[in-house]
Amino acid sequence: MKARVYVMLKNGVLDPQGEAVRHALGSLGFDGVQGVRQGKVIELDLADGTTEATVTEMCEKLLANTVIESYRVEMG
Amino acid sequence: MKAAVIVFPGSNCDRDLAVAFEQAGADVTMVWHKDTALPDGIDIVGVPGGFSFGDYLRCGAIAANSPICQSLIGHAERGGYALGVCNGFQILTETGLLPGALRRNAGLKYICCTVGLKVATADTAFTSGYGVGDVVNVPIAHHDGNYFVTDEKLAQLRNEDRIAFTYEDNPNGSVADIAGVVSKNRRVLGMMPHPERAADDGHGGTDGVAMFRALMDQVATA
Repeated sequence: MKARVYVMLKNGVLDPQGEAVRHALGSLGFDGVQGVRQGKVIELDLADGTTEATVTEMCEKLLANTVIESYRVEMG
Repeated sequence: MKAAVIVFPGSNCDRDLAVAFEQAGADVTMVWHKDTALPDGIDIVGVPGGFSFGDYLRCGAIAANSPICQSLIGHAERGGYALGVCNGFQILTETGLLPGALRRNAGLKYICCTVGLKVATADTAFTSGYGVGDVVNVPIAHHDGNYFVTDEKLAQLRNEDRIAFTYEDNPNGSVADIAGVVSKNRRVLGMMPHPERAADDGHGGTDGVAMFRALMDQVATA
């Protein structure tokens, strides 16, 4: 089974990389891009029966730094 | 004073840090990240700069979960001293021994230059050799040194006089110009600038020497 973890900087934490992407899109002529936030996706290949609670624990302990990042888990 | 310097795969300031401790008169033992215990009688643990585990996932995240870091946490919880520089600061925040986190520099560039640091408190074993308000010149070399804490935590750091150094001219976007902070018991310091790279005439500056000498005086008698 698989799980997918999305890690993003929390709202309110400045994302300088997202800002740089927004500027680059603007200079390519894409008007109206009002904000860009850049995050990461982590795909986990898990033993059958692994619970979402376990994946959440992985996020809390390692995959996200909850001081500055939020995360979302998608199972299956 | 007995010092241990942790070596992670990708550390590159471990020997510089060891030399700075030695020149202040400390006995230094290098400790590998897979070791599960610190040598007996260690007064201070140095967590060096570099790119531990290639900065994979997040700077310092994997190192913070290595076997030796459990011992480091135990050492700090027993009141032992620790100094984390650059990647070492990132690792100390990832272990939870220090508050906050280090984000990508606001200007997105890796910055390598000497900066002016203002001493914000002299009430630590690390900074007692300086005066509050002194400006010292120390090199920085980092891509992720943009210190973040919540407003609430910042107020707490200020109330508890735990900001050790601030930048004269903020190079990386850090909240409140913060370059280094200490733990609640004032015995764990994390800082992005490299005092061990300002510790010998050959470095072009010696403003970091006072930190290692002060540690030698205070920790040896503690």
